[in-house]
Amino acid sequence: MSNSKLTRRGLIKTGAVAGAAGLTLPTYLRADGHAGYLNAPQGDTVTLGFNVPQSGPYADEGADELRAYELAVEHLNGTGADNGMLETFSSDALQGNGILGKKVVYVTGDTQTKSDAARASAKSMIEKDGAIMITGGSSSGVAVAVQALCQEAGVIFMAGLTHSNDTTGKDKRANGFRHFFNSYMSGAALAPVLQNAYGSDRKAYHLTADYNWGYTTEEAVRSSTEAMGWETVNAVKTPLTQTDFSSYIAPVLQSGADVLVLNHYGGNMVNSLTNAVQFGLRDKLVNDKNFEIVVPLYSRLMAKGAGANVKGIFGSTNWHWSLTDEGSKAFVKSFGTKYGFPPSQAAHTCYVQALLYADACERAGTFNPCGVVEALEGFEFDGMGNGPTLYRADDHQCFKDVLVVKGKENPTSEFDLLEIVEVTPVEQVTYAPDHPQVAGGSLGTCNPGA
Amino acid sequence: MDAIILQILNGLDKGSAYALIALGLTLIFGTLGVVNFAHGALFMIGAFCAVTLSRILTLSHTVVDETKTDFLGNPLKVDVPYIYDIFGQTTGDAIIDWAVPISILFAIPVMVAIGFIMERGLIKHFYKRPHADQILVTFGLAIVLQEIIKYFYGANPIPTPAPDAFRGSFDFGAMLGFDPNTIIYPYWRLVYFAFSALIIGAVFAFLQFTTFGMVVRAGMADRETVGLLGINIDKRFTIMFGIAAAVAGLAGVMYAPINSPNYHMGMDFLVLSFVVVVVGGMGSLSGAVLAGFLLGILESFASMAIVLETLPGINQIIIYLVAIIILLTRPRGLMGRKGVMEE
Repeated sequence: MSNSKLTRRGLIKTGAVAGAAGLTLPTYLRADGHAGYLNAPQGDTVTLGFNVPQSGPYADEGADELRAYELAVEHLNGTGADNGMLETFSSDALQGNGILGKKVVYVTGDTQTKSDAARASAKSMIEKDGAIMITGGSSSGVAVAVQALCQEAGVIFMAGLTHSNDTTGKDKRANGFRHFFNSYMSGAALAPVLQNAYGSDRKAYHLTADYNWGYTTEEAVRSSTEAMGWETVNAVKTPLTQTDFSSYIAPVLQSGADVLVLNHYGGNMVNSLTNAVQFGLRDKLVNDKNFEIVVPLYSRLMAKGAGANVKGIFGSTNWHWSLTDEGSKAFVKSFGTKYGFPPSQAAHTCYVQALLYADACERAGTFNPCGVVEALEGFEFDGMGNGPTLYRADDHQCFKDVLVVKGKENPTSEFDLLEIVEVTPVEQVTYAPDHPQVAGGSLGTCNPGA
Repeated sequence: MDAIILQILNGLDKGSAYALIALGLTLIFGTLGVVNFAHGALFMIGAFCAVTLSRILTLSHTVVDETKTDFLGNPLKVDVPYIYDIFGQTTGDAIIDWAVPISILFAIPVMVAIGFIMERGLIKHFYKRPHADQILVTFGLAIVLQEIIKYFYGANPIPTPAPDAFRGSFDFGAMLGFDPNTIIYPYWRLVYFAFSALIIGAVFAFLQFTTFGMVVRAGMADRETVGLLGINIDKRFTIMFGIAAAVAGLAGVMYAPINSPNYHMGMDFLVLSFVVVVVGGMGSLSGAVLAGFLLGILESFASMAIVLETLPGINQIIIYLVAIIILLTRPRGLMGRKGVMEE
């Protein structure tokens, strides 16, 4: 890990002097217009900031993200047991010799899954440690907050696990990029599968976590399912701090609903699903149909917490270790060999984001955030586990296939909890940049911080 | 009508947990005069006693299954619990299935021991210190305990299911003449309510009908006079701390199948339980139980869709709102005694 003693002011001065003297700072296209940029790497190393939840309820997910980043750093520096996805990535700019010839070192921060703590740790990594890029996180609230901070500071933010439409919707920023899918995509991918499995004549009852991600997910799933004929009989907001959902679940059957949609994530999802199964909802026959439960966003780590309760329940996910494309196989092999268990979707998106950032720097020939933005906007790539993918220039959102999964009936191990039931093609989950669910906000212009 | 019955039922099991934790809190406050903010952590440790026993019962050796492969394509390593080797698979599965109820036997000595160690090792040094000091040290202890649990068990919730015999729900609606499925209630929550009633009854009977309990009650009323009679009241109060820890722990053990245990579940209950104690009346055991059920039921009613439509957000403040109203009208709480926490 790096612990640079340089101050932010010192670095800014250095960058400015270097630019003014016309020294050999590499520039790229629009980056030409900038005299310098914040935290320009000094010496033979470049510092990345991994901002993940190391404490709090998402600490296990954060630990998996950190493992993935450590693996990515090994692969970027060419010090790993293998080269992971560098072998399958469609871009060949990365050579395993660091980024632009500089060895990658990193510092870590603890988001605690709290926006203010996440901003503080990101700020510290930028100002004290000289991090030129911040990445990671396991919450949309954190992602939006840190993304805004990185925009103001003038460094790149490569989002970790964040699923709210707003991250690349109304809260999008020029310096921020998201590889993970979003609520709209979950709704668009899930609806046809649900229609096939449960029919078009269904009455849905939504329980929604009372925060940003919950709202966008409910809106996405509601609009997608209503478009195919489902009726939404009720949608109830549940406090984020709620642990026992019995008083919210008990009235579901009285409402006449025959599907319960749990717009919950993390501990909320584990508890609400466990409570719903305890109440025997899935054993009931309502409106002459089997009562069903849907969890729009699945995570293997969370599914583990819910245990056998996930069996047969549909949801969506960004990636799953059981995929058989070459990229996924390479990543699972690297990660599994190093750590002894398969990676989570959080680990995957973080690993990919680290590689995409490094690749963009190489292609841009600079660490200047404006050069990196230019290189990532409209970038099309493959071999990273999700099929052909586009980093759309309009909103810095990745567009790729989305997985619809189901809780496995007969798991063979503690990791074998979900099975892929459909790989939804990217065309089906693509939306216009001004779609009502993501409308508002503006990317603005890139900020190099100097 | 069916919705009202349903929410009363919901409130009963929620109130059971509040009442059990608040009962332990009140026991400790009433005997030792300590405001124990680590009491939620004892509830959490109780739940992890169930997790631990489940893990002990499923301790396994590895057998390689050449016919299957793991995620790396290597032959699959299958874990076979030692208990299968001892009792055979059928009996072994039955024992594992009943891990949570069996954990009660495991949790009692563990929780009493933890209570003793907490009281003798740390809390006794704060008896004569201001309540603010007691709160700070016990809150710090709670954080230490939950971080220890997180270190060993991770941050994710750990599923700890009820025995198969208690899975599913009972249709009260059909029994009471309503339409089927209008009032359903999980079997395990009924078990939890009955178990709580049993524990609460046992604690009250112990205090009311045994010589030990009589001395403790006398000590709660006038510690100095009991001491002057030559009775070692401190020793008895230490035992009461152990019993209070066991009550919180048992509440946690039986709660494990309701919500998968995680390291911060104690904190989720702690603040609410203190509100319960204050509303019930500081030092009043029956007040704690009454307030526990009352607030549990009110919280359930506040979560009804029709209530939320009329008063959005009421579900998040109802307990505190009621606490304010009760403390304004009855400053000592529902069943508080004169002189307690009033100096």
